[in-house]
Amino acid sequence: MTLLQASQVGIERGDRQLLIEVSFSVRGGEIWQLVGANGVGKTSLLRALAGLARLGVAGDIQRHASVLYLGHASALKLSLSALDNLRCHPACDVTASQERIASALEKVSLAGYEDRPVGALSAGQQRRVALARLLLSEAPLWLLDEPFTALDAAGCDWLEARIREHVEAGGATVFTSHQPSRFGALQQDLDLTQYVA
Amino acid sequence: MLPDSPLLSLHAAFTRQFVRHMRSLMASPADVANPLLFFFMVVTLFPLGLGPDPDRLATIAPGILWVVALLASLMVSAKLFASDFEDGSLEQLALAPYPLAVLVLAEVAAHWLTTGFLLALVSPLFAIMLGLPEQGLSTLVASLLFGTLCLTLIGAVGSALTVSIRRGGLLLSLLIIPLNVPVLIFGTTAVTEAVIGGNPESWLALLAGLALGSLALTPLAIGAALRVSLDS
Repeated sequence: MTLLQASQVGIERGDRQLLIEVSFSVRGGEIWQLVGANGVGKTSLLRALAGLARLGVAGDIQRHASVLYLGHASALKLSLSALDNLRCHPACDVTASQERIASALEKVSLAGYEDRPVGALSAGQQRRVALARLLLSEAPLWLLDEPFTALDAAGCDWLEARIREHVEAGGATVFTSHQPSRFGALQQDLDLTQYVA
Repeated sequence: MLPDSPLLSLHAAFTRQFVRHMRSLMASPADVANPLLFFFMVVTLFPLGLGPDPDRLATIAPGILWVVALLASLMVSAKLFASDFEDGSLEQLALAPYPLAVLVLAEVAAHWLTTGFLLALVSPLFAIMLGLPEQGLSTLVASLLFGTLCLTLIGAVGSALTVSIRRGGLLLSLLIIPLNVPVLIFGTTAVTEAVIGGNPESWLALLAGLALGSLALTPLAIGAALRVSLDS
């Protein structure tokens, strides 16, 4: 089942053409890593795929499933606790129970930090709170921008396992990372260098 | 294939967004107190600058109170969407499976309750400081309730348009002050009419009409403006 179809997508940022004629389709069970040097347009492409950017985006992007997008900014309110942040998160489309959120926080090794203001946590811990959304969302298509940033080795392993679990259940993941491929034969690389205008 | 999730009702999504914004506002009481403090300070300055003649102060009190309320509202509307834009919440709002207009209306409602609504409730205190005659007080509160609702909604459109621009404050003022002028005129006229024993109801009705009109139309404009701001 095709979850995302991009055909002949061009990305223009400001007055500069970044990418031209990017075409690929993402099916359930697939992991795609967008690779390329800094500034090549990975984030711009991901935002276009999510539907956040429309200006300067040419070609056709079709989404056939709901999307979970995780950007550089983690969309957390620093003054709210981790629990409240997730409970009222605008993009969590299910009414997750208190227990479910607490168990999600426990799985990202934040048990005991539920009630602290997120601003009092470290950068890596804040990232973990943001990633806890991966346990609370039912969206089949994940678009993750640099999800491994700021995470320690254990955190990276957890995230890797979570993504594997997600695609095994029929979901799909498109992510950007400068780390070498973590998913071996399971993942496909989309090298954006070949599409540079 | 993962099951598609059951969506919240629109009402529940509105409530959730309202609660989220309210809590983050409540977490910084200084921000809530700021416009009230501003109001208080500016109102205290007028008698010092104009002299303590009660009659003269009473004549210009409606104008002073309304202009200061407008400035206080302008001051806070610049920050309405700033933190949501910086921390990425706006991206998530835009991607949420609910109409953006409904979600931003929840934010604006929480914002108004902690600014304009509070300001209207405490305004009689400031009015008495300026010697506004008693018969004008209830009209003042009513006019500020409707008026600040208009000002907040109009300010939210401006804030949504300028949120991605660094130092967009000046542009915001240029954009929305002209739109605030009718509100100011209706508001001050209503209070003045009440003081001289005229007919404030018709002016209040005009203000209420403006408020309801803005309530119906501006959320769509705010949502569209935020999408444009995100797309840059």
